[in-house]
Amino acid sequence: MPTLFEKIRDRHVVTAREDGNVLLYIDRQLIHEVTSPQAFEGLRLAGLSVRRPGAMLAVPDHNVPTTPDRSVRIDDRESREQIQALRENALGAGIALFDITDPRQGIVHIIGPESGLVQPGITIVCGDSHTGTLGAFGTIAFGVGTSEVEHVLATQTLWQRMPRRMRVMVNGALRTLVTPKDVILAVIAKIGASGGTGYAIEFAGETIRKMSMEGRMTVCNMTIEAGARFGLIAPDETTFAYLKGRPLAPPPSLWDAAVADWKTLPSDPDATWDREVELDASNLEPHVTWGTSPQDALPVGGVVPDPEAQPDRSERARMRRALEYMALSPGTRLTDIPVDKVFIGSCTNSRIEDLRAAAAVASGRKVHANVTALVVPGSGLVKRQAEEEGLDRVFVEAGFQWRLPGCSMCLGMNPDKLTPGERCASTSNRNFEGRQGPGGRTHLMSPAMAAAAAVSGRIADVREVAR
Amino acid sequence: MIEKFMSLNTVGVPLDRGNVDTDAIIPARYLKTLKRTGLGVGLFFAWRYDMDGKEQPDFPLNRPEYRGGKVLVAWENFGCGSSREHAVWALMDFGFRAVIAPSYSDIFHNNCLKNGMLPVTLPAAAVRSLIDALLAAPGGKVEVDLAGQTVTGPNGDIHAFRVASFAKTCLLEGLDEIALTLTSAAEIDRYERERKKATPWLFLDLAG
Ligand code: SF4
Repeated sequence: MPTLFEKIRDRHVVTAREDGNVLLYIDRQLIHEVTSPQAFEGLRLAGLSVRRPGAMLAVPDHNVPTTPDRSVRIDDRESREQIQALRENALGAGIALFDITDPRQGIVHIIGPESGLVQPGITIVCGDSHTGTLGAFGTIAFGVGTSEVEHVLATQTLWQRMPRRMRVMVNGALRTLVTPKDVILAVIAKIGASGGTGYAIEFAGETIRKMSMEGRMTVCNMTIEAGARFGLIAPDETTFAYLKGRPLAPPPSLWDAAVADWKTLPSDPDATWDREVELDASNLEPHVTWGTSPQDALPVGGVVPDPEAQPDRSERARMRRALEYMALSPGTRLTDIPVDKVFIGSCTNSRIEDLRAAAAVASGRKVHANVTALVVPGSGLVKRQAEEEGLDRVFVEAGFQWRLPGCSMCLGMNPDKLTPGERCASTSNRNFEGRQGPGGRTHLMSPAMAAAAAVSGRIADVREVAR
Repeated sequence: MIEKFMSLNTVGVPLDRGNVDTDAIIPARYLKTLKRTGLGVGLFFAWRYDMDGKEQPDFPLNRPEYRGGKVLVAWENFGCGSSREHAVWALMDFGFRAVIAPSYSDIFHNNCLKNGMLPVTLPAAAVRSLIDALLAAPGGKVEVDLAGQTVTGPNGDIHAFRVASFAKTCLLEGLDEIALTLTSAAEIDRYERERKKATPWLFLDLAG
């Protein structure tokens, strides 16, 4: 009666320690430029080499500019040096690299699935907290720090304390223009930013089953924002169809054996859970955040809440601080909040379906005169596909900027960032203070909602804009 | 090789906030380094300085009474958000050797242990009493005894804490975890041989 998570764990235990920690074999590791240089340096200092270079894939994404001139020059010296260090470390160790001019380059959590290397039943890590995105394939996928990156490079394993099991059941058909992003924002609002701490969360139920792989990745991407170590979803025909034929998926000679193995993975019907949460998605509204934690999400028809109505003293203090930072007052209608920037991108929402959803709203409309709006595809392959479908023209005609792939305005470490006081409608995953640039203010929402904000000049209900 | 953890008897620095994320601990622009050192300058940058780069006099790390403190006391879910180990490197570079909070993000907690920094988990009521005491009488000392697994607050109140035995040994002795894991190399080899038979598609070289 094991769960999906336990089945995957059990097949990866190399050895166990008396204190209950297990040495977990790590099938694959993704590497990017920001959290890896110190790990490679550590290996060199210890005189160690990479144990299985063939199990790794490296890509620059956090630091890269998203403007076309990036292949000829990157002005920021430190960014340049990190990208160069990644190149040298990967090539030196014989690790596959999707370099900045490679058409497959993109955000690490987008290119992994796209290449086919993320497969059901595997363990996979990356020095990035949103690695949980990959749990959408029925994997144990989690973010690690740089010391753990180094540990995996050297040993292909990690010592882990195993989390408890939580199941989040989502049932009900989503209404028009309500998306997986709204589902996960509602889940986080329900359980809180630390509600998942110490758990592996399996997302299940009819709503999840009906989602595409893109939608499932959006859901799993934000599991970390509920504090959980991993999110995962049982593999099914949707998963297999997504993987089939991808360059790094099992080749035809091994495909049937792989699928037969994957079909044994889903949680047993009588599996037991340490905690269960249910969400009825049939009445779900598009969600936006008003504060500085992803748990501060509300239906778009709502108003900015009043901290004074909050009984808990420390939560009251937190809400007051958040409102001060966001320059909002209680009772303001969310749809009365003007925006300066719109960012459609990030590993949460930069896949082809996200761009289609945003383009459908942008089509035939114009970006509001007060707004600067960016669309940043998650990878070179997403960009190419979008261009084949003509989405780039829709965006450009509407007044959006069409950029090259990267993390872009999701975090303030490349040229795309907010300036102090600027307010952004963003499809990314974190609205922390200063996340998109010092003093910047972030409202999280879905791609369709972000496009609606772009054409309205304020937060708007996409169902009214698209009517 | 991690630094050995020594018992502390030092000024406690109260940070009366919950859900302190790693973007707040060290903003992304400080992550463009190839090193683990020197990150203290960026620690809590947006809270320590105003937009013009002037120190915010009220922020605890800037108040003279708290300077030089090696123990930070904060609220729940400390270190949430990004996995950046730079957050721990920045805290350590600034001088901190232990954090006390009711809970931590998993990744941050791990990152502390890998660097010889002690994340002490205490019940919310104990954290409340420590923060209140440190706010009421700034400069009060907090004693952290890892061997004995106790924290002693400025008022002399003693709080026992739990720590995994392996983590404790690593901290006290400064053990190198990679070297330790490599003593299991034969088991890792054996595991790989078996898995290669069961799931050969996972052993194809990604570099082609
Ligand atoms: S897009 Fe944002 S959340 Fe995703 S990997 Fe990049 S910086 Fe991290």
